[in-house]
Amino acid sequence: MRNIKLLIAAVATLGAILLLAACGGSNGSPTDAVSSGTSAPASLAGQTITLYNGQHEQTTALLVSAFEKHSGVKVKVRSNDEVELGNQIVQEGSNSPADVFYTENTPVLEHLREESLLAQLAPSTLAAIPARFNSAQGDWVGVSARVSVLVYNTSKVSPASLPSSIMELSQPQWKGKLGIAPSETDFQPLITAITKLKGAAAAEKWLAGVQANSKIYPDNETVVTQVNNGESEVGLINHYYWYRLRDEVGQGGLHSALHYYAAGDPGDLLNVSGAAVLKSSSHQAAAQAFVAFLVSKEGQEVIAYSHSYEYPLRPGVSPASSLRPFNQLQPASISLAELGDGSASLELEQKLGLL
Amino acid sequence: MNTFASPSPTVEGRWARAWSRRRRWPLVTVFGATIAAVLVLLPLVFLVIQAQQAGWDATSRLLLRHNTAVLLWNTLRLVVVSTALCAVLGVGAAWCVQRTTIPGRRMWAVLLVLPLGIPDFVIGFGWVSLEPSLQGYLAAVMIMTLSLYPLVYLPAVAGLAGVDPALEEVARSLGLGPWQVFWRVTLRQMLPAVLGGCLLVTLGLLAEYGAFEIVQYQTFTVAIFTEFKLGFDTAAACALSLVLVALGIAALAGELPLVRRGRWSRSGAGARRAIVRVKLGRWTIPALLGLSTLCAMALGVPIGSLVYWLIRGGSTTLPSASILTDAAHTAEFSAGAAALSTALAIPVTAAAMRHRNRLTVLIERLALLPQALPGLVVALGLVSFSVRYALPLYQSALELIVAYAILFLPLAVVGVRAALAHAPPRLEEVGRSLGRRPASVWLRVTLPLIAPGLGVAFLLVFISSSTELTATLLLRPTGVDTLATQFWVYTSDFSYGAAAPYAGLMVLISAVPAYLLSRRMAAIARRGQA
Repeated sequence: MRNIKLLIAAVATLGAILLLAACGGSNGSPTDAVSSGTSAPASLAGQTITLYNGQHEQTTALLVSAFEKHSGVKVKVRSNDEVELGNQIVQEGSNSPADVFYTENTPVLEHLREESLLAQLAPSTLAAIPARFNSAQGDWVGVSARVSVLVYNTSKVSPASLPSSIMELSQPQWKGKLGIAPSETDFQPLITAITKLKGAAAAEKWLAGVQANSKIYPDNETVVTQVNNGESEVGLINHYYWYRLRDEVGQGGLHSALHYYAAGDPGDLLNVSGAAVLKSSSHQAAAQAFVAFLVSKEGQEVIAYSHSYEYPLRPGVSPASSLRPFNQLQPASISLAELGDGSASLELEQKLGLL
Repeated sequence: MNTFASPSPTVEGRWARAWSRRRRWPLVTVFGATIAAVLVLLPLVFLVIQAQQAGWDATSRLLLRHNTAVLLWNTLRLVVVSTALCAVLGVGAAWCVQRTTIPGRRMWAVLLVLPLGIPDFVIGFGWVSLEPSLQGYLAAVMIMTLSLYPLVYLPAVAGLAGVDPALEEVARSLGLGPWQVFWRVTLRQMLPAVLGGCLLVTLGLLAEYGAFEIVQYQTFTVAIFTEFKLGFDTAAACALSLVLVALGIAALAGELPLVRRGRWSRSGAGARRAIVRVKLGRWTIPALLGLSTLCAMALGVPIGSLVYWLIRGGSTTLPSASILTDAAHTAEFSAGAAALSTALAIPVTAAAMRHRNRLTVLIERLALLPQALPGLVVALGLVSFSVRYALPLYQSALELIVAYAILFLPLAVVGVRAALAHAPPRLEEVGRSLGRRPASVWLRVTLPLIAPGLGVAFLLVFISSSTELTATLLLRPTGVDTLATQFWVYTSDFSYGAAAPYAGLMVLISAVPAYLLSRRMAAIARRGQA
């Protein structure tokens, strides 16, 4: 008998602990939201939405607080690596707590579209951004962009010796001088672009040459840091990594600069960051309002003035003044759809042992 | 004068058999072991379900594509060498601190544990920024040894606390020198603890990813993460993870016959002897140099790079007040996980040691397996189950605590095992023969005996949870940050100066329980009782 009493006591204790912990975890109920909405429909004010954020967290925080002020909707933010969030959304399925997904790249959004997890965006939201930056099916919208460039160490490399095309980097004179991060999501689009513009054989030859010339780094942040330190002389990155490094090390610690390839070169690619509303969201109107805000003039200006150094995609909003103007960029003529999900490039990398 | 339990098969054997027939399982043990088994099975079931979706054809294609033989060879040679190094460092350091007259023992006891509280990323990054050419096999061996040796050190400390010094005295009186006493008596007595620690290192190396990414060393886990991150293919990644499970099972099965041999508990009249520390004499300086070098490499380099970030980083500001909230969350979740893990580890280990049969041994081995699984797999498994069957708990503090408890249950099991090996079953039998119920015997006899081991188990889980990132990012309540998540936010944005205080606080938070444990250990050594 006493054993049974003991068991009951144990179960009761465990139950009490579970209950306490569950209560402790559910802070921030919807009633916390203070409605201060002015311009947005009154029905939205006081609602709470959940944002799964794979973008630069500091910029997202600025966007969220501007939106909260503007609409009276409270936004709970959950930040993580975009691919992990994507995997999580797939596992969550129709029970996902996420209302909006905001990412650094578009392939993960394309993947969720293929799984039929995204809702159609409002036509006015899609119309705010040039169609070539949006999902062809209207499931996600482009928000901002960055351009792939070459970073070089200013004390080791003279600007005159820099290549006009990314294709030259496979030649032997760059042996031991190049730094790359082939496991980053930004690397496969380069291979895909070369495949589309120069053919599959040329792409494989290029990648093998680059592999022979390169030091391999875990991520773009390390590539730009090591080029700045002189460990590598040149490196393949997106432009904004260099600007963010400049903010951290200051002019005194800066020993590198950016180099843009010739017009239309396959190395010169626009990588787009996008946003989507989840089909499973039970706050469709508020979620749509958030994505509409991201591409509104106000939202795009937040991006332009933040320290993310990305190009806002809405026509008429200019980027940070230290960036090369958007209309002077001459990226390769290749669409986001043509870049696809990058699986062929991934297999090529694996074949050569880069991953 | 103490007498020692000798394996005399005649009278004692009959007694033991008679008692084990009458011995009943306390219900709490059954209950706890069942919960532990169910929790550990969750991620494994998830893996199998996902792997089935990938299918055998796709999986075998993946194995071919990923140059599996090379990856497995890389994994194997890293595991063997790093585990051996961790064993030497962990045992050596534990012996120096617990059993010799080395100066500054209290300080070493705390410092030697702390590398566990530094995220691998910081250790790897510290070394790579000190010496950028540090890449490949040797770099991986060094960095992993420096960050994992506490997994041997702490169980070894718990094991040493259980060894009756009288055994060593007898050996000395029979003419053995200090080294022979250590080798033939002390080390053998510590065996269950040390083997457990080595198992944790081996399994942990199988699942490690972040540090290898920094030093560009490719093990099998790299293939798994490629499928997750670039291929966006959870099914394929899970199918590949089953290879890790197989390797983990091989390691677990390999250790089993090693621990089964021998008998470690003392039982005899009178109190335990107080510890007589070995006088190091002229070996004091070399021993001090050894410990200093180890701490400088494992602790000094990463902390040095944090200080460098603080001084040189453009993003350095006074951390916002929210750092205290983040620290409180970290401490709260980690303490919850440490308590839950330890509570689950006791019945699992006790069942396997006191009621040894196929089922109880299987549960104990199962409980060690999560150490070989990438955190992402365990976390996605919990996501998948909780959204279907426990939606109100999804992304709650409780779920995060449960996730940590599953991930770090192996650490708790090894800590408890190290202590329980020295708690003599005969004392429990005496307790029961006096009419006490099994549960009451547990509370009044066994628990006090294994208390230091429970402290070690708690500490291991607490420190590991406080730096955990992957599962935290997936399962934390939305809007809640820990020190690890904020550290991640800043470092993924180059704001190393702003990130440094968060890593520093992680180390400090680990130092508090480490200090308390070292005081307790010192008290045990003085009083001569466990």
